[in-house]
Amino acid sequence: MHRTGALYGQFNTLEQQKDTASLGMWIFLVTEVMFFGGIMLAYAINRHTYFHAFAVGSNTLSIQLGTINTGVLLASSFTMAMAVWSAQTGKQKLIPMFLTLTILLGFIFFGVKYVEYAQKFHHHLVPGRNFDITYCVNNPEKCEDIDAKDLNIERNEIEEAMQADPDLNAHAQLYYSAYFGMTGLHALHMVIGAGLLIWLLRGSLAGRFTPEWNTPVDIVGLYWHFVDIVWIYLFPLLYLIDRHK
Amino acid sequence: MSEHEHSEHIVPPGIYLAIIITLMVLTTVTVAAAFVNLGRLNIVVALTIATVKATLVVLFFMHAKYSPKRTKLVIMAGIFWLAILLFMTLSDYVSRIDYRGVRFPISQNYSLSHSPRS
Amino acid sequence: MRTASTANARPALKMPEKHYLNSTYGIRSWLLTTDHKRIALLYLVSVTFFFFIGGFFAMMIRLHLLTPSGYLLSADTYNRMFTMHGVAMIFFFLIPSIPAILGNFLIPLMVGAKDLAFPKINLLSWYIYIVGGCFTLYSMVTGGLDTGWTFYTPLSTVYSNSAVAPAVVGVFITGFSSILTGLNFLVTVHTMRAPGMTWFRLPLFVWAHYATSVVMILGTPVIAITLGLAAMERVFGLGFFNPAMGGDPILFQHLFWFYSHPAVYIMILPAMGVISELIPTFARKKLFGYHFVAAASLAIAVIGFLVWTHHMFLTGQSTYAAIAFSFLTFLVAIPSAVKTFNWTATLFGGSISFDTPMLYAFGFLGLFLIGGLTGLFLGCLGVDMHVHDTYFVVAHFHYIMVGGAVMGYLGGLHFWWPKITGRMYPEWLARIAALILFVGFNLTFFPQFVLGYLGMPRRYHVYPPEFQVYNVMSTAGASILAVGYLLPMIYLTWAAFFGKVAGDNPWPATGLEWTTASPPPTENFEVTPVVTWEAYDFHNRPDLGLDVPVGHPGVVPAHGDD
Repeated sequence: MHRTGALYGQFNTLEQQKDTASLGMWIFLVTEVMFFGGIMLAYAINRHTYFHAFAVGSNTLSIQLGTINTGVLLASSFTMAMAVWSAQTGKQKLIPMFLTLTILLGFIFFGVKYVEYAQKFHHHLVPGRNFDITYCVNNPEKCEDIDAKDLNIERNEIEEAMQADPDLNAHAQLYYSAYFGMTGLHALHMVIGAGLLIWLLRGSLAGRFTPEWNTPVDIVGLYWHFVDIVWIYLFPLLYLIDRHK
Repeated sequence: MSEHEHSEHIVPPGIYLAIIITLMVLTTVTVAAAFVNLGRLNIVVALTIATVKATLVVLFFMHAKYSPKRTKLVIMAGIFWLAILLFMTLSDYVSRIDYRGVRFPISQNYSLSHSPRS
Repeated sequence: MRTASTANARPALKMPEKHYLNSTYGIRSWLLTTDHKRIALLYLVSVTFFFFIGGFFAMMIRLHLLTPSGYLLSADTYNRMFTMHGVAMIFFFLIPSIPAILGNFLIPLMVGAKDLAFPKINLLSWYIYIVGGCFTLYSMVTGGLDTGWTFYTPLSTVYSNSAVAPAVVGVFITGFSSILTGLNFLVTVHTMRAPGMTWFRLPLFVWAHYATSVVMILGTPVIAITLGLAAMERVFGLGFFNPAMGGDPILFQHLFWFYSHPAVYIMILPAMGVISELIPTFARKKLFGYHFVAAASLAIAVIGFLVWTHHMFLTGQSTYAAIAFSFLTFLVAIPSAVKTFNWTATLFGGSISFDTPMLYAFGFLGLFLIGGLTGLFLGCLGVDMHVHDTYFVVAHFHYIMVGGAVMGYLGGLHFWWPKITGRMYPEWLARIAALILFVGFNLTFFPQFVLGYLGMPRRYHVYPPEFQVYNVMSTAGASILAVGYLLPMIYLTWAAFFGKVAGDNPWPATGLEWTTASPPPTENFEVTPVVTWEAYDFHNRPDLGLDVPVGHPGVVPAHGDD
């Protein structure tokens, strides 16, 4: 199938092409909803059955870093929407600017995630790999990044939880399975999104996107907003369990 | 031909700004609410706020509000099917009664902290 | 026979000069094609390859079960045989077959478009299928897996010694092929229809594939995440399904069957779509109750998502949940029954001819009826207690999958072979093959209903000696069935090169695909068609050359006698 300008050969009009691309992306996002839905179900059932383990696990996460990441991702949705607006209104210079901001915010997110993941590995909180929920509490010198006050709170939490659930260590692995599974899947989707954004950036610098034809920006935007929505749910589900102690 | 021809509705940046500010405020509320002991309502509050945020993103950032009916149908279908997955599976769990009279299965019996691999 | 008598009256037909098969040459023009018709043929080759693989494992199962004491294979090897038979047949043959081959080829033609909405994604779908297939083949050649195609945990994730991980990864990857195909079909039907092709003028084949695509889109991602989590558990030790860590095998079953039940509708809806094309054509009559059949397709797709727990009646469910799901299972049978009534009603007063595709359609009607009704037996809680995990279940799903879906597939292949290749298959040989297949099929699987009812469990490599006579009958039937499969593979391939030239519309049939050349040009239509007629309307189509005045309310008589 040949192309004439922006129009692909199987289409009759640009309008049909836009309509098709948009519907295609929305349907794809529905598949992503079901994909994440599966792991959400696993989370829901395990959280109910092993609430204490999930609470302990959640409290080892940094609420500051989580909130920063949430803010960063929301802001990136804003800049993405502005990129689409710039394309729709023909403000050629602004498109690459907003796309770049979106990519930068994405990279900040990755950076924070990296810090969090590294901390988990260091603190023996990866399921299957020498997992030990009591590692930092028993070896404070190995976990200097947690200060003594927080460590005490954590020790008390773990002791209390162990009363209710003697198998806390085994069950806490389920929390971290959910944590790594859900955030890992999310991060993978963000990496793909970042790749798409970089591709868009190149196109925008070449002036490909006009008020007449800006569909790629539009549909990558849809994908990026969806990834944001997943995080909007992940944040309270993973970071905010039983925080009021 | 395609089912409809719709002219593109361009959302003014002012709206985007209002939405992002709202989203940031709601995030702060979520975090603050997490530190208040509402018992079993904590999760309800958290998920409600998350849903409000998600709805704002879908309606405004993703332009669903200005999209044709078909798009709205696709979105509703996705949400509905997710609900089927979650609620119908939970209906099985909620209705199970373990022979020890404990609701929700099963593995309170196991006490290994690592799995045997052959 | 119709084609012969009209061929005497008309000049000899010639193949079109340029068509999609000879428009470009070379391996790159095939492996990098974005033409939906060529992609359909790529799928035909790869899907047939996996059919042989699945068939090989079936042969091993049936040979082994000739004797009650497990003479041929060890228990462990037997487990691998039935597992790989299931995996190959379900994920690599049944799910792709009609949609990826006939759907890909025909949907753009049927809606009057030049190609699908996303031709490159269509090609990507095929490559994803191949990559997934390679992973699964790798699993098969490194010892296979023994968990059953259902991959129940913790056997599959923790305890099995077999090559589970590559197979699970392979199926995971192939799921995306399914998702992308479904996405392509949905969008194509929404946005690529020709002028005048309204929703209710669409052939029911398209409606069936629309419904199938809905199921693919909404269900396949769930099996993807489930298998992903299972693979993570096996390789990295995550714990959702492992009781040792507090995980729950029942959760795996819920997630698995949430997809795998709708998957059976992915397998049967396209076949029903084929039957909806065959019966009006060979009864020369408009399909009875078009709107009901279209609505029934969608109803099956939707209700099909609500019944999955009927695979789990014996897992300790509460009676309340079991009753609810049993009721829903009965509900999902209703749209299938509506379709069956409507197909049968179409025959009434029609002018029926017994060409090969129609023989397959008749086979479908009877065998799908039996398979569907026995599904209701299984949906009955009391009966299920008795026959769960016995050969009754095996017979039930083979009646639907083989008696239903494969008959639909073969009927469709025969019906559209002239369109795909431009040449006709040998009719009498084809009819004999269809009969051989029908006889072989029933001899293979009817004894299995008896076996199951008498209590022979499935997935066991030995059985009580008093069951041997039925098992021998089943194996004998399987060898006849194999002949029934091999014959079409041979003569269809032969006919593609040496068959009699068929012309645009040899049957004749009413769909848009028959208004263009056989084989079609790459862009499908010389000029974008404008549709002004209803589906299956034999009366208002003077272009079909039938002996009936336009607008005549009577039945169109057949040419010649059959």
